[in-house]
Amino acid sequence: MSILVIAEHDNAALKAATLNTITAATRIGGDIAVLVAGHNCGAVAQAAAQVAGVKKVLVADAPHYANQLAENVAALVVGLAGGYTHILAPATAAGKNTLPRVAALLDVAQLSDVIKMESADTFVRPIYAGNVLATVQSSDKIKVMTVRGTAFPAAAATGGSAAIETVAPAADAGVSSFVSQQLTKSDRPELTAAKIIVSGGRGMGNGENFKLLEDVADKLGAAVGASRAAVDAGFVPNDYQVGQTGKVVAPELYIAVGISGAIQHLAGMKDSKVIAAINKDEEAPIFQVADYGLVADLFVAVPEMSKELDKLKAG
Amino acid sequence: MKILVAVKRVVDYNVKVRAKADGTGVETANVKMSMNPFDEIAVEEAVRLQEAGKAKEIVAVSLGVAACQDTIRTALAMGADRGILVETDAELQPLAVAKLLKAVVEKEKPELVILGKQAIDDDFNQTGQMLAALLGWPQGAFASKVEVGADAITVTREVDGGLETVALKLPALVTTDLRLNEPRFVKLPNIMKAKKKPLDVLKPADLGVDVTPRLVTLKVQEPPKRQAGIKVDTVAALVDKLHKEAHAI
Repeated sequence: MSILVIAEHDNAALKAATLNTITAATRIGGDIAVLVAGHNCGAVAQAAAQVAGVKKVLVADAPHYANQLAENVAALVVGLAGGYTHILAPATAAGKNTLPRVAALLDVAQLSDVIKMESADTFVRPIYAGNVLATVQSSDKIKVMTVRGTAFPAAAATGGSAAIETVAPAADAGVSSFVSQQLTKSDRPELTAAKIIVSGGRGMGNGENFKLLEDVADKLGAAVGASRAAVDAGFVPNDYQVGQTGKVVAPELYIAVGISGAIQHLAGMKDSKVIAAINKDEEAPIFQVADYGLVADLFVAVPEMSKELDKLKAG
Repeated sequence: MKILVAVKRVVDYNVKVRAKADGTGVETANVKMSMNPFDEIAVEEAVRLQEAGKAKEIVAVSLGVAACQDTIRTALAMGADRGILVETDAELQPLAVAKLLKAVVEKEKPELVILGKQAIDDDFNQTGQMLAALLGWPQGAFASKVEVGADAITVTREVDGGLETVALKLPALVTTDLRLNEPRFVKLPNIMKAKKKPLDVLKPADLGVDVTPRLVTLKVQEPPKRQAGIKVDTVAALVDKLHKEAHAI
């Protein structure tokens, strides 16, 4: 078995999702190589070489990899694929963008959001918003899959000493180009990496009211999330979205505020270790999965919670 | 320009899906079926481009059983001009769908193809990207904004952490995310009109595509259910429980 993991990074740092994917690779077993495709991404390659369990790091450094354009990265991966039995990427926006192109060009199927490795050719993945789990066997010569980060612990970021090899870039496909990006600036942890998440739903009423949640989140060192309903209503940006079509999270604590608990939302957070819910509707389905439920008006309860947290801190 | 949109018939968004007792699949008998919500957004975007004078013709394509004609009729009622059904009772996986759509694209020669980013049944999120790769086209996946120029489009994409904008040479492919638009409600007169719009039916063999599945589903089961916990009466009690009992804060 020989596994290629596609690293997620921003040319400066290796993203945490890569570490979960490396653990997933170790569950298959075999030699693990990590591909770092980027521009001026030497620091990322160095970081990847330190990760426990990695045997080799391949670096393709070229301007047309700077922004992870799917057309270019996929062409590179396809050129390298011959030596591998498995190609893995994190099931992030970047992984989901690129990997199906790789699979199609290799004429193989792709598995999405794998949560368990049963064997080298059999995998478990959620379907229907996680209401059911499918155990799927692949007959393709190369197994191409995206991996759900929350299903695998992060590999140790240090302790490894992989060799770093430079690989020749593939040609720029020349059909797409990066124009700009607008990233949400926040000092809070990333949703998928946060230990605590405070999430708001339609019950928040408007975007301004999310400040109430931000206040609590900052006292907890938490990330702020949202249900699809809150995103649909325009309260918050899409990258806050937790659920079937947004991010999948599994923090130590998930606090759902004004979220009814539609199955599509539960799909994204029901593997959280502890779930607390605040909702004024005692029949809300969120209470069926919450460890701790409080039936209350969030506009009273959330500011009160903020004060209680102050008291807790003060000891 | 000509736009091709792909629409999938799926178990309705509001249905709570259950695994069959024998673990061979999910219960779909007597379950309400609808157009995949992301595909509604794809049709809406195409219709808006047509209304803005950017598109001349919209072709809606679906693949699957004969009842997918209903899904195509919905797209026609929303404003698509004609439909194509690639009819088969076989299980279609994303790679096979992408190959069939490629064959349709080669016949129809659209400049823009729009698909939903993900079907809410199998949750693959692959077909658009695979189709773009097979065609050698650029892709704007997870689009929240599409601007059409003379020989290129600019697509704003939903990415982890915010938004990214890319420029794509035409022909190009777009997959839709939630905030791209809000699909219109279909009005009754348009449903009547849609019945008269042309709808061609093809078979996979007509397109020379082998649709044999590469993945075999061995088992389908429901995950362990999470148990409901307790209700507390006050915020103070909630914070206390989270601190002392759950050790979560």
